[in-house]
Amino acid sequence: MTLSAFFFLILNGLSSASALFFVAVGLSLIFGVSRIINLAHGSFYMLGTYIAYSCATRVGGAFGFWGGILVTALIVGALGALIEIVLLRRIYRAPELFQLLATFALVLVFSDATLYLWGPEDLLGPRAPGLRGAVEILGRHLPSYDLFLAILGPLLLLVLHVTLVRTRFGRLIRAATQDREMVGALGVNQALLFTAVFALGAALAGFGGALQVAREPASLSTDLIAITDAFVVVVVGGMGSITGAYLAAVIIAEVKALCIGLGVVHVGLLSVNFSKFTLVAEFLVMAVVLIVRPFGLLGRMQAAVRTIAEPEDPIRPATPLLKVLGLITLIALACLPLLAHSFPYALILGIDVLIAVIFAASLHFIAGPGGMHSFGHAAYFGLGAYGAALLVKWLALPMGAALLVAPLVALLGALLFGWFSVRLSGIYLAMLTLAFAQIVWAVVFQWEELTGGSNGVIGIWPPPPFDQAWVYFLLCLVLAVIAVLVLRRVLFSPLGYAMRAGRDSELRAEAIGIDVKRVHWLAFVIAGAVCGVAGGLFTFAKGSISPEVIHLNHSIDGLIMVLLGGIQTLTGPIVGASLFAVLQDMVMRDSEYWRALLGGIILLLVLAFPQGIVGALARLFDRARAP
Amino acid sequence: MLSVENLSAWYDSARILYDLSFNVGRGEVVALMGRNGAGKSTTIKTIMGLIGRRRGTVRFNGEDISRREPYEIARRGLGYAPEDRRIFADLTVMENLDVGRQAPRRFTDGRTLPAWTPQRLFALFPNLAEMPDRLGSRMSGGEQQMLTVARTLMGNPLLVLLDEPSEGVAPLIVEQMANTIIELKKEGLSILLSEQNVHFARLVSDRVYVLEKGHMCWQGSMDALMRDQDVQRAYLTV
Repeated sequence: MTLSAFFFLILNGLSSASALFFVAVGLSLIFGVSRIINLAHGSFYMLGTYIAYSCATRVGGAFGFWGGILVTALIVGALGALIEIVLLRRIYRAPELFQLLATFALVLVFSDATLYLWGPEDLLGPRAPGLRGAVEILGRHLPSYDLFLAILGPLLLLVLHVTLVRTRFGRLIRAATQDREMVGALGVNQALLFTAVFALGAALAGFGGALQVAREPASLSTDLIAITDAFVVVVVGGMGSITGAYLAAVIIAEVKALCIGLGVVHVGLLSVNFSKFTLVAEFLVMAVVLIVRPFGLLGRMQAAVRTIAEPEDPIRPATPLLKVLGLITLIALACLPLLAHSFPYALILGIDVLIAVIFAASLHFIAGPGGMHSFGHAAYFGLGAYGAALLVKWLALPMGAALLVAPLVALLGALLFGWFSVRLSGIYLAMLTLAFAQIVWAVVFQWEELTGGSNGVIGIWPPPPFDQAWVYFLLCLVLAVIAVLVLRRVLFSPLGYAMRAGRDSELRAEAIGIDVKRVHWLAFVIAGAVCGVAGGLFTFAKGSISPEVIHLNHSIDGLIMVLLGGIQTLTGPIVGASLFAVLQDMVMRDSEYWRALLGGIILLLVLAFPQGIVGALARLFDRARAP
Repeated sequence: MLSVENLSAWYDSARILYDLSFNVGRGEVVALMGRNGAGKSTTIKTIMGLIGRRRGTVRFNGEDISRREPYEIARRGLGYAPEDRRIFADLTVMENLDVGRQAPRRFTDGRTLPAWTPQRLFALFPNLAEMPDRLGSRMSGGEQQMLTVARTLMGNPLLVLLDEPSEGVAPLIVEQMANTIIELKKEGLSILLSEQNVHFARLVSDRVYVLEKGHMCWQGSMDALMRDQDVQRAYLTV
């Protein structure tokens, strides 16, 4: 590559960096003040592109385009304010992960609202009036709009920086980031401040999305891509540092640009196709940064931030009543095969539910009592599933052996990824686990020779007698019961106590001689292995496996199951997983707009049961018993 | 000016305060005294609206503020300086002061107190004047304590809730803090002080309420408390 080509590549990367920065900076601001991980932020960005598209095409001309971009920012900002007032304000005191569930429901709703309003096709907007041409730099042509974006990013950084440092609004934002209650006690209307920050963050995302209208088509898939990118940028830069966010955006955009620019490189006999790395580039960067600098490039270890979430009740061993209920459920489930003739679908659904239960219970094990909010639990599901499938495909192993190896493969993955992950906490841990999962996903997706790529592995059916649904169902039931009981047993063993102690206060736990990182690592590995069982069972239940099971969506499904049931209870993940699997099955099959429906149901549940379903039941039960 | 009737408060299901009644008159310095865990800080937080589960009436300038949000209470002229200081660590001294800034306000009879400015506060706390651009996280405990009080004064309060101003700071600073309180009283400010340190309290307070395990168990003038060795022994000495 010549020097001029390299320089050109860098310049090109800068315009992508600006786009990343626009969506990330709002997320960072919102998180800083409200501590809400707003998954819907990517949806704001997506909506921005769509609204700007409509402005530019309906109104047309320079006014429709440039005016449309400003109007879009205002509309999305207003939408953000509305959401803060109607929804988020009610859940500020809820556990962090619960807020996440609510914002993910918004993602689903917005996604379908966009589908309804604009249709499923990608929409390509007009080119920017006044900036249609190209600038000649070093003998190459750079679209002037790209140059404009490359300049706009640092400009926005400057404006925001000055706002945060020089204005009272900015100082209030920074103060509220550290201690919002105190800011309130000093006479500042927090509710108003939060709404303003949320509107500002949303407007920035909308603005960023709107600017993309001249570069990329508006597409329904941008919401999750944008939110993942934004998280990576914010975490790499250091939570709360807007300069860090810009720096991270530049690094990630440049690495991606370089990967594409390098293409296939021959080193001796080896030829490496760097363009294949674009899918994982940002996650590799994030993993490396977080391992070296656990709080991001410019982030600092957070001075103890005051949370206003309610303290959690300790978990308790099962009451006799619960044991009886569990036994009755179990007997009822064991009798389900009797329905095989009259209602065969019940068994298929039952298998899905049981696999979901193992998946959710293992995630809950680290997310609840372990306090490690993994955003990449699907990785271990996928490792188990692919481990089993590939052994059958390449080594023709029998099912029994494959099901035994599945958790081992997941265990090895958890051993490696867990070692890094437990060194972090909170959002940083969440993002690192996400990064690892995306790396696993990208490897599986792109290593076509081994994994079949996006087609996956097919034709992995269980041998007789397990090819009959009722036999396979019973196998799943037995394994699910064992998995749940083992996890429960561990939680009430010394390891479980140490794990919870480490979650509640790392310093105090270490002071009494607990090696918190090791305990959490062990927990992570146990959860990974159990999750691998679910993956193995899934492979044989479906007869095939594709990379989707490792995708972020599946990890989030797991979190939703855990949260629906209630993270502070042990029965929660079981109930949540069952409900989610059934809901997904019923809603998805009956409606084109299943996402909105699912989102709506989740929102209702969030507002009605802020402690999760089991949490709410437990509270009701306690109240009935109390005098 | 501030009158509290039958105030109770809970943390979760644990009751901390039991029907406390007391009042602070205009221009008075009143001390809430008692040992660690007696409920002094909780009383102050409850008045400020910071404890979720509470019962009873709090009147400020005749208005019932017991159901108000903390920011509404602050905007009525009640200033709060917490015992753990709660300085914004990533903000400089000047920025901390700015966050506390509120418009000047009047007493019910229309009289005003002179509005606070950073310059006036620096005259009151000379240590702060030397470090206007220092980050909160880089300050000593005593400096943070002064900044907490200064930040609260920036809101131009009519009455200040001062939670344990002498706790964990050097003796020299304690003395300085006592002088400051006397100075503020001269300006016409009312102060409700929570304090364990009898020697500090006697320097500045007019009247005393003594708490023990969330109950009000003694009240009277500072002089009366100093004469009553039994009360001191029963509720205050360690």
